[in-house]
Amino acid sequence: MKNILVLFSHPKFEKSRANSILADKIKDKVGVTFHDLYECYPDFHIDVDAEKALVESHDIIIFHHPFYWYSCPPLMKQWIDMVLEFGWAYGPSGNALLEKKWLNVITTGGSKAMYCENGINCYAINDFLRPFQQTANLCGMRYLPPFAVMGTHKIEDEKLHTYADQYDKLIDLLMDDVVVAEVSTISFLNDIPQLNT
Amino acid sequence: MTGSILFEAIVFLLGAIICVSIAKRLGLSSVLGYLLAGVLIGPYVLGFIGNEGEDILHFAEFGVVMMLFLIGLEIEPKNFWKMRKTIVGMGGIQVAGTMLLSYFLFILFDFDWKVALTFSMAVALSSTAIALQTIKEKGLLNTNFGASSFSILLFQDIVVIFMLGALPLLVNTDIPAEESHSEHANLLQNLPLGLQTLAILGSVVTIIITGRYLIVPLLRKVAKTGVRELLIAAALLIVFSISFLMELVGLSPALGAFLGGVVLSNSEFKHELESTLEPFKNLLLGLFFMAVGASINFIVIAKSPLTVGGILVAVIVLKALVLFITGSFFKLKLNQKLLLTFSLAQIGEFAFVLLSFAFSLNILEQDQLDIMLVVTALTMTVTPIIGIINERLLLPRLGTRESIKRPMDHIARSQKVILVGFGHFGSTIGRFLRTHGVEATILDHDSNRVDFLRKMGFEVYYGDATRMDLLESAGISEANILICAMDNPEVIKQLAKTVKSKYPKVKLMVRARDRYAAYEFLNLEIDHIYRESLETSLKLASEVLSQMGFRRYTLQRQIQNFIKYDEDSIRRLAKEKIGDENYIFKARKELEQQEKLLEQDFKRGVVEFDTHWDGEQIRTALEENQN
Repeated sequence: MKNILVLFSHPKFEKSRANSILADKIKDKVGVTFHDLYECYPDFHIDVDAEKALVESHDIIIFHHPFYWYSCPPLMKQWIDMVLEFGWAYGPSGNALLEKKWLNVITTGGSKAMYCENGINCYAINDFLRPFQQTANLCGMRYLPPFAVMGTHKIEDEKLHTYADQYDKLIDLLMDDVVVAEVSTISFLNDIPQLNT
Repeated sequence: MTGSILFEAIVFLLGAIICVSIAKRLGLSSVLGYLLAGVLIGPYVLGFIGNEGEDILHFAEFGVVMMLFLIGLEIEPKNFWKMRKTIVGMGGIQVAGTMLLSYFLFILFDFDWKVALTFSMAVALSSTAIALQTIKEKGLLNTNFGASSFSILLFQDIVVIFMLGALPLLVNTDIPAEESHSEHANLLQNLPLGLQTLAILGSVVTIIITGRYLIVPLLRKVAKTGVRELLIAAALLIVFSISFLMELVGLSPALGAFLGGVVLSNSEFKHELESTLEPFKNLLLGLFFMAVGASINFIVIAKSPLTVGGILVAVIVLKALVLFITGSFFKLKLNQKLLLTFSLAQIGEFAFVLLSFAFSLNILEQDQLDIMLVVTALTMTVTPIIGIINERLLLPRLGTRESIKRPMDHIARSQKVILVGFGHFGSTIGRFLRTHGVEATILDHDSNRVDFLRKMGFEVYYGDATRMDLLESAGISEANILICAMDNPEVIKQLAKTVKSKYPKVKLMVRARDRYAAYEFLNLEIDHIYRESLETSLKLASEVLSQMGFRRYTLQRQIQNFIKYDEDSIRRLAKEKIGDENYIFKARKELEQQEKLLEQDFKRGVVEFDTHWDGEQIRTALEENQN
């Protein structure tokens, strides 16, 4: 069984309806380490060694965060900058992350229709996530399509709970190492058949 | 054999120790133990204490006096106002319902209407001493049932004043005053009836006025000497003299004490008085219960067993019925309602007072008095037993559990924080907590500051926090966090040691003056140490809030906000003139500054300021657009 590290990052978790519902569902699962970055490092003083050890002891890293200004919240970016060091995460001898999986779980205020060529944001979510994808590539990790909960400004609680159930199921699949659909043929992990039966 | 006071004291104490230990071992309440001890050592069983039942009761009433003083202390007028609906509503229904039903009951038993009315007044009252002692022992004071009982008892305690005032109006005017078989003379006896009633109400007003304008200033003077015994002496002096005054005008000393307590409850000495009197109270209360047990007159029971038994059963059933209905009116859950029904179904200690008063006024005859006194004592003995049956057999089948999950905002309120020391370090903590809606209970030994903080609306108590009893009355047993913000590390050390050993669950957060103090605390295994400065006091405060469920990052931002705003205000305040003449002037100036700061804290509402990343704003904007 694979174990999963959820790097959770939300500067105002207490006010986030969508992320509370999602996180509540999965944070106490056996095999899941729910790591709340803003709670651990309110002063942005990240303990790099501890973080490296944490990453090393997990097979799948989930970057769970709201999608702010086409990217992740600042502390998560800082985490990436500081923890994924040359010589450890990448570079000639940097192989600590080889073969681990990288997954972004995101919430967006805007709907899917807003994130497309004709939408207000002009590009699809996956286009905005390119930097994450390439970071994973550089570290020799396997990048999975994102699991996205979109349109949270208008979504009803009921729908959010359905998403939370999907999230829960997805984590089970990842733990059992069920091979998910080919990265190239799918935009969102939400769409894989196992989550939609 | 009964001549020596020492011998009687030994009998009482031994009886109490043996019977209460046994009762506790059996899981019964201590009240029952005391009552049984009284019955055993009383004149009708072992006969250790003679036929002086009444004298014993008279002396033992002091327990009730202290209890009522302490109950009075707990009723701050503003809490009273908050609870007024339940107090008047529940208490009113209970007293009116019980009086009405029992009046007709006694008429049915063939008593004269005046006697029936007096009896029904007595029956309407429940025993504050028994009920509250039991509720406190079980820790149920904060439940629905606890609050309801408290309200009803409170209403009764107040209504007694009017009942005592009304009794003289019932006197048979055709019997001349000389024939009155009153035992103790009082000032009121020779007054005309209307004036007696007036005088009784007048003495109540007197207590309220002297309490506010004489006793509190006196206590402040005494507190300034810093000699602890003097405060104990002052506390006892207050209770004794109020009781004495009340007796002088022929009123119940317990009532006077109750009023005195209410008057002082608003003062900063509340907790100090509470903790000083508590040990005396419990023992004397035990003595009172024993005296009640000892005064159960088995000769009267043997003479008319049917009347006594009939009234006893009728009274308990009737009171229980009214209480059950009262509970239904106020929509209590079934289990809470049953607890209420059985815990207040006895006749209370004020019945002794009321009945004796009525006897001295010639309203009652000797055998009527005897029967009712026995019934009263018996109800006090029987209802705790019924309560146990209810608890063991009935409740387990009906029990509904309260749900545990509460929304975030309530986490802060359900946790108790005690803050000791409100100097520079402590006041910053207090302010930061307050801007987040958390009110700590504050202890401080500077009576000027205590005074000022009370004015600012803080819950503050004066006293030496290293005294365990004071901390206990400030609620350390229910507290989650104790903040030691005094500047003397020795005092903190002493406090921390005792709290750690006695209340290991309370989280200790201490201020360390320097690294040497920090070493010492670490060696005492205190983990949460804050070496002093503006930043550390805020760090401590944010740690407290984090324990209550606030997010750390949000708090981090609030600290930055607070510091920035505090720096701004220091700059502003620095421009104002500060005197440098003498210490007192300086101290007063400092308090004024604090007052300004606290006001600004409130106006500015630092918390609401921080709305970044808040999806809620966008959502409401979107909704408004739609409509």
